[in-house]
Amino acid sequence: MSDFAPLLEAAVRTAAPLLLAAIGESVSERAGVLNIGLEGCIIAGAYAAFVAGGTIPLAGYGAAVAAGAAVGLLLVAFSVWRRLDQIIVGTALTMLALGITGTLFRARGDIAAAIGSTEPAVVIPLLSSLPLVGRALFAQPVTTYLAFALAPAVWWWLHRTHAGLALRAVGDSHEAATAAGIRVGLVQAGAVVFGSALGGLAGGTLVLAQAGSFAESMSAGRGFIAIAIVALGRWRMTGVALASLAFGTAMALQYVVQALGWRVRYELVLMIPYLATLAALGVFGRGTAPAMLGRRRETS
Amino acid sequence: MTVSRWGLLGVAVLALLSVLFAALWWLSPTHDASTVVAAFWHGSLGTTSAFFSGTLVRAIPLALLGAGLCVAFRAGVFNIGGEGQLMIGAVAATFVGLGHSLGPLHVVIALVAGAAGGAAWAAIAAELRRRFGVLEVISTIMLNFIAASLVAYLVRGPLQEPTGVYPQTELVEVPARLVRLLPDFRLHAGIFIAVIVCAAAWWFLRETAAGFRVRAVGASPSAAAIIGRVDVPRVTFGALVASGALAGLAGGVEVTGVTYALYENISPGYGFSAIAVAILAGLRPAFVPLSALLFATLETGALGMQRDAGIPSVVASALEAVVILATLVIGAGFLRRTALPASTAP
Repeated sequence: MSDFAPLLEAAVRTAAPLLLAAIGESVSERAGVLNIGLEGCIIAGAYAAFVAGGTIPLAGYGAAVAAGAAVGLLLVAFSVWRRLDQIIVGTALTMLALGITGTLFRARGDIAAAIGSTEPAVVIPLLSSLPLVGRALFAQPVTTYLAFALAPAVWWWLHRTHAGLALRAVGDSHEAATAAGIRVGLVQAGAVVFGSALGGLAGGTLVLAQAGSFAESMSAGRGFIAIAIVALGRWRMTGVALASLAFGTAMALQYVVQALGWRVRYELVLMIPYLATLAALGVFGRGTAPAMLGRRRETS
Repeated sequence: MTVSRWGLLGVAVLALLSVLFAALWWLSPTHDASTVVAAFWHGSLGTTSAFFSGTLVRAIPLALLGAGLCVAFRAGVFNIGGEGQLMIGAVAATFVGLGHSLGPLHVVIALVAGAAGGAAWAAIAAELRRRFGVLEVISTIMLNFIAASLVAYLVRGPLQEPTGVYPQTELVEVPARLVRLLPDFRLHAGIFIAVIVCAAAWWFLRETAAGFRVRAVGASPSAAAIIGRVDVPRVTFGALVASGALAGLAGGVEVTGVTYALYENISPGYGFSAIAVAILAGLRPAFVPLSALLFATLETGALGMQRDAGIPSVVASALEAVVILATLVIGAGFLRRTALPASTAP
């Protein structure tokens, strides 16, 4: 079983950015906005963290959040404010973010060495020496703890506050929400910017806590996987957290296979998370989506 | 009120564009605008070799993919898996092209295999949508990654060329290649296929009952189902598979007309550029060839800027995104009315 503990540790670590992005996407979708630009938020956050995070990690995370939120603001401008098709706009924003970060990264190769190592794990004494799960649960980068703390916090906010109720009301019916005096556009804007900021943070985590560097298109579909995670988790925080862990494990397999030197073709191992997403969507994908998901507001 | 919003968003798009161009200028090592413009011109349209060996050749897969996306988008199906469907089409065409010589029909069979491969790949997403309500935006993206890994595996494993040095296949048989049209340039017969496909897609959407059903479903799935008694799942399934077939055909055309072999980066993002092609064409196949030529110019120009002015060519992808957004804002009314059909909601 000695192989199992490192897999668990890698799984939880890999799940963290997925969970952050998926929590953000849940909030956005609960307000009825499908943020296909999430992938763009992640890559923007990753690049921002890469540029700003060389010396102070906190600056890196701040920049990542800001970059993600900036992409979110564009989605708000086009899809919430101008009511243009959410999916097309989101796809275009992903292309935009991948294009801009790729261009900047290639053009300014001189800062490639800015970040050498990843941010150290926050090791909790005693607990981290528990067998099997010790390091998986108690020796993680700070954003892992943040991600797993955020899930119950966001649940509480969505279900136990007036603002959360208003947000869910918007996702269920624009008309009813409007009749209740809720400003649909404003709520959606807030939800999208919050979700995109978390997407940015997820990208920052990839760079600062996992890879230690930036690579073109390093988001590698995580934004889309996070959107799938939200559907798999049926728009509920517990479901989203569990699905994130499952995908964290699927993605961590590639590191483990490499480390253990198993005789499996590397290219085939790389497919696993994507195959798992398809399979899981087929098996568990039928949940109850927020009624207004993807719909544009009627002009009043 | 509306006017000021339009104006403001127009300003936002212009601001984005100017930021991009400012970035281009800043990125170029020489900081010399005329070098950048000259590099773009020479790379895309400025020389006969750039035009007949680069730009026109690049427009062919873009037109094929773009025509397919017009049909899919018109049906309210957002296929962003053109990239993966193209790759699987390329795999299938390579497979046929490497096999026993089939005489003069070899290239035709290779192209049909390519289309079938792309259709089959898209059918996975179509079936997931029909049976399980899986959003095709997610499934087609996942299939892109899987196809990329599959090609990477094939060209390093079972299909690798015999010396085992390069991550690519052998060259396909000569009868499995599309003829070149001009003595010294790379332009090949695929351009006729592209033009015919665009014309056929135009005719299909405009003149046939099935094309009408596609448009009806895209305009309003519930109205099409209730008033028109249209089998909506069947139409969306068909539209997704058809666009996959054209993407696969594009992959086949790339293998039989340009590369003659399969290798990893056989598509420099054609599947995504094609979204811009279809949207700028207003989802009208008749305008796709022009739109494809425009984006091919943009991309070969960007490659020229990379060669001669040191500007990374991925900047083209950012420009394409801006074009999509700008077209949406300024664009045709029906584009904005195409709502996400109820059945695509997860």
